Amino acid sequence: MCLAVPGKVLEKFEENGLPMGLIDYSGTRNNACLAYTPEAAVGDYVIVHAGFALQILNEQEAADSLAELARLAEFMDADRKAAPNQTGSDS
Amino acid sequence: MKYLSEFRDPELARGLLDEIRRTITRPWVIMEICGGQTHSIMRHGIDQLLPDEITLVHGPGCPVCVTPLETIDRALAVARREDVIFTSFGDMLRVPGSRDDLFRVKSRGGDVRMVYSPLEAVKLARENPDREVVFLAVGFETTAPGNAMAIKLAAAEGMENFSEIVSHVLVPPAMEAILASPQNRVQGFLAAGHVCAIMGWQEYEPIAGRHRVPIVPTGFEPVDILDGILKTLRMLERGEFGVENQYQRAVRQQGNPAARAVIDEVYQVCDRKWRGIGTIAGSGLAVRPELARYDAELKFEVQDIRTEEPAQCISGEILQGLKKPNECPAFGKECTPQSPLGATMVSSEGACAAYFKYSRGNRP
Amino acid sequence: MNDSPDFDKMSCPMPLLDHDTVQLAHGAGGRLSADFIEKLILPRFRSAELEKLEDQAVLDLPPGRLAFSTDTFVVSPIFFPGGDIGDLAVNGTINDVAMSGAKPLALSVGFVLEEGLPLADFHRILCSMEQAAKAANVRIVTGDTKVVGKGHCDGIFINTSGLGVIPDGLNLSAASLVSGDAIILSGTLADHGMAVMTVREGLSFQSTVTSDTAALNGLIEVILGVCPEVRTMRDPTRGGAATSLNEFAVASGVGIRLEDDQLPVRPDVMGACEILGIDPLYVANEGKLIAVVPGEAATRVVTAMRAHALGADAVVIGEVVSDHPGLVTLRTGLGAERIVDMPVGEQLPRIC
Repeated sequence: MCLAVPGKVLEKFEENGLPMGLIDYSGTRNNACLAYTPEAAVGDYVIVHAGFALQILNEQEAADSLAELARLAEFMDADRKAAPNQTGSDS
Repeated sequence: MKYLSEFRDPELARGLLDEIRRTITRPWVIMEICGGQTHSIMRHGIDQLLPDEITLVHGPGCPVCVTPLETIDRALAVARREDVIFTSFGDMLRVPGSRDDLFRVKSRGGDVRMVYSPLEAVKLARENPDREVVFLAVGFETTAPGNAMAIKLAAAEGMENFSEIVSHVLVPPAMEAILASPQNRVQGFLAAGHVCAIMGWQEYEPIAGRHRVPIVPTGFEPVDILDGILKTLRMLERGEFGVENQYQRAVRQQGNPAARAVIDEVYQVCDRKWRGIGTIAGSGLAVRPELARYDAELKFEVQDIRTEEPAQCISGEILQGLKKPNECPAFGKECTPQSPLGATMVSSEGACAAYFKYSRGNRP
Repeated sequence: MNDSPDFDKMSCPMPLLDHDTVQLAHGAGGRLSADFIEKLILPRFRSAELEKLEDQAVLDLPPGRLAFSTDTFVVSPIFFPGGDIGDLAVNGTINDVAMSGAKPLALSVGFVLEEGLPLADFHRILCSMEQAAKAANVRIVTGDTKVVGKGHCDGIFINTSGLGVIPDGLNLSAASLVSGDAIILSGTLADHGMAVMTVREGLSFQSTVTSDTAALNGLIEVILGVCPEVRTMRDPTRGGAATSLNEFAVASGVGIRLEDDQLPVRPDVMGACEILGIDPLYVANEGKLIAVVPGEAATRVVTAMRAHALGADAVVIGEVVSDHPGLVTLRTGLGAERIVDMPVGEQLPRIC
């Protein structure tokens, strides 16, 4: 379950007493309710599920995760080149 | 940073696969809770790339699949009413009840409409004061905050013509039920990332402790899933247990307190029947008594209908991870996406549908 | 539609009629009916045959095998970003005829109109059809109009049938694929289906996605010009590219292997697919074609297509293989290979 997609907050407004955002997904846009992410600022990325923003995506955490994974990939790559018969990765 | 393509990077995936192969020394059984994770695994072919020692078992993370037959039959009874505009997420439209589904009700003249968000159902109620608008509120904890907000909004506006058929299910009791089963073979879990974005991971710590299993809240992109598998594997290989968060960009230990507060305001925990599994205590959500006027099952006196599950369907065992779809005698024969016998084949998230669509192991 | 003056519509002014909406009498065959046809419909489809107003069109066709196709269009909503039901009706049938290698020559049009349909809407659709037919250089030579009572059809249904003549020597067939052939897609996937889905009721999206509806006979001439040995061509409409490719694989008893990295999808279309949980391979296209050509012809065909406005994004998306006959597979970005099955029914947005 939980098909939730990252989108960028372009605008904030209010509708029926609820805080809402205009969210952009690479050019397609929809309105999502920001009641659960009221501190989301224009320019932030949120994950949106069924018309509601569930959480603001933490850019630092994402960058840290990616950096760690990149280091792992590099290490494994070097390992593979040093001993090509051992790791046996296929693609 | 766009948060999508970066987590699909084949280089990062390759590094993770290599490290998984380097780390593993014996067979392990890992369950991914969420249907969305199953979908991603199949779509990207992750199950083919993992070493054979890892058995990935697909858990009951498909709220569409586990919605009890009674709930669907009641929804259908309400949808057939002339005074009702029946609204639902797309996934539920094809799920078969005892002898009908929402699509067929619509084709016979029922006013059944698909919505993307429960707020659209509230909007329909606002714009059609002379009709009853009913929303089929299905989902895990991820969808509950939105569905709760719909009732909260309707109540704030004093609406009399909006109500929900609620069939929410909660993950932790399901995990306990799986772990407590004597036939259980699951040794580690990828917890559902978006459920944890709402609920945090506090609820999983006692489960991990009691049953001594690793539980890793995991995202949905291929790199997330491989990273989640690696973290689970490392703990298993070291004989460790506990919760470790893979989906750090979206999941915090407290989850989303504002969302949890609104869930508590509108819904209360109840026992819930899971289709194919049976009743799991404290595993569901229902509308609170003070908001009973928004509970469609009370509002429309819907008769209890006797359930008739097709005898051959083993959805229950599949949802608990006890069997794989291709171990069902009816898989691919009497039971296909075109003519499903149970919900795990109807829902595109269901393990059987995902298997049928993506794997080549079962072609005649 | 933007607000700047639309000069196309200025050359297509709506005639003054006694009513604002379609009446049952408009389809009844009497004077109101004749008036309706003469004032509203005929001016849009100027052709020698049509103006005769006989019960049939008599055509002088060049010699050769006849390709003949029919299709009925019931899309809702009838107006969507990038087009309307009229565009689809004309382009759709022209494409079906042209996919055989035939030069499309003539169309018939049958309208079923719902009583109460605003005449301004009908006029707008007629103008779209006029422009589409002109752009493709195909004449509308005969037609019919019926009106049904309110609630008995969804605004407007259009049937178009089309004729074309296939040049000697061309023998396209979905059963003729062989291992080593290249699968070429003329442009981006899923534009039409997502354009329509994003304006459906219940899905309140603002989207830049527009339908790709277009007549492909010009592009097909280009392909045939550089590669008359093309095996087969198809426009992947309902059911998307996955459906057409599965049909090829089964008809020829071969396997097809696609490369995920090569599938062209616009970012905004991909965004819409992501939110709704829909796979672009299963979404309708109305201005794209799949052409299967011998492997060694692939490069020159793609180059020729890219020089044409409707083939600017043409790309090889896969190849025909002798493995897994009858099945279509996709090599994912991670290097795994998974099956691309036939879709079951309509693609529905999901939360799961």
